[in-house]
Amino acid sequence: MNKIAATVDNFGRAILENIEEMGRILILFLSVLAWMARPPLKLRLIFKQMEFVGVKSIFVVVLTGTFTGMVMALQGYYGFRMFNAESLVGSTVALGMTRELGPVLTALMVTARAGSAMAAELGTMRVTEQIDALYVMAANPVKHLIVPRVIAGVIMLPALTIVSDFMGILGGYFVGVPVLGINSGAFINNINKLVDLGDIYNGLIKAAFFGLILSVVGCYKGFNTTGGAEGVGKATTEAVVLAAISILISDYFLTAIMF
Amino acid sequence: MFLTRNTQPVTRKYMIKLVDIHKSFGQQKVLDGLNLDIEDGKTTVIIGGSGGGKSVLLKHIIGLLKPDSGQVFVDDIDIASLNDKGLNEVRKKFGMLFQEAALFDSMNVMGNVAFPLREHTRKKEKEIREIVRERLKAVGLLGVENKMPSELSGGMRKRVGLARAIAMHPQIVLFDEPTTGLDPVMTEAINELIVETQKNFDLTCVVISHDVQSIFTVGHKIAMLYKGRIIEYGTPEKIKMSSNPVLRQFLSGSLEGPISVI
Repeated sequence: MNKIAATVDNFGRAILENIEEMGRILILFLSVLAWMARPPLKLRLIFKQMEFVGVKSIFVVVLTGTFTGMVMALQGYYGFRMFNAESLVGSTVALGMTRELGPVLTALMVTARAGSAMAAELGTMRVTEQIDALYVMAANPVKHLIVPRVIAGVIMLPALTIVSDFMGILGGYFVGVPVLGINSGAFINNINKLVDLGDIYNGLIKAAFFGLILSVVGCYKGFNTTGGAEGVGKATTEAVVLAAISILISDYFLTAIMF
Repeated sequence: MFLTRNTQPVTRKYMIKLVDIHKSFGQQKVLDGLNLDIEDGKTTVIIGGSGGGKSVLLKHIIGLLKPDSGQVFVDDIDIASLNDKGLNEVRKKFGMLFQEAALFDSMNVMGNVAFPLREHTRKKEKEIREIVRERLKAVGLLGVENKMPSELSGGMRKRVGLARAIAMHPQIVLFDEPTTGLDPVMTEAINELIVETQKNFDLTCVVISHDVQSIFTVGHKIAMLYKGRIIEYGTPEKIKMSSNPVLRQFLSGSLEGPISVI
């Protein structure tokens, strides 16, 4: 009997802790908004983060985008061939990339690359008292450390998604037209006909939202690190897992609302 | 009544007053009704065992931690009741040297020492660089402006940390175990530096330490923290003569006595 009570007790405690954490992340987000509204913004720091989150992620995003487009063309071709509808491969790749895979894959790659780095960097700053040093020098760490990262995330994720969308379609084209022998005109024409700008825009809105999630979660986990080097490692792992899960779950709801 | 420093002998004796401070973390009571007055323009050393709440005490003085109950007066302002904005104003009176110096490792030495100046003054870049060089000279380090913190030795890092702490010419400087992890020669050098800086910049210094050798070099007043309270306070001479068994044991480093190991 006692064991059951203990299990229920632990389960309830875990739920409460998670809700509490969600609340704290929300509070952090609100204070980021508040500090964003208070000039001067640290432009130099923002550009530095934009370079880190955006420019330095281009390579991985190009790779993932290209190969995703390629494999989609390959898979789509086998399906559509059964109905003699090979010319729809192009538009399928384009819709898949712009609406879903472009933003989601980009966000997951950037989470792994930059979200983890945010948690590790802020975590190290916390355990080596650099964050305390900011407080002591009357400089707010949210303004100095978190606001630039969140702004960079929100701006750079849509930009990277554009790259990913483009590379995915290009990859699909090179597999579809020269390799699989789909007619080039039909491939492009169907994309023009079936994909409209709304698909792209909604994908970019998603991307911006994912950028917000991965930067806020990464910063939150890093900022609240305790327990030395081990704590930094733990914060980094937790940041990646929590951000990735949140991205995938929110993706469903965003899609349900927008399309 | 406010008098400008340097022009008038100090009329108010105490810069910092801690009144009946209680602080617990979970079940653990760290500060238990602590009272301490820190004299203006003097160096007060707070000694006590590792994990005995010295750092917690220091963090209360600068408002990084708030007491569960009690008051912390800095320059006659109760900082425990201030909001962030008020706290930031009070913090501009402070400089702090952290245990591992806590230099920003994304910036070079120039960036670190210039940080508070760039943050809180409208001085021109040229003037800021001038001040940074001056402060680095004051701590005996010149020509390292472009080095990154990771390229510096422990002792150099502490010096840069001190240069950053005094960049804004604060009234109070806090030292969190300034000599921990340094060799004996470097320890002596840092102690000398604290003494000199205190004199030259006319500072109120609070040093926490468990390094017995350093205590008597730098302290004008010494306070012993034990079980969450100050159990002994006075001049180095008085502390040396004290018959308090806890203090005797601490200073002699003996295993026998009221302080239990483990």
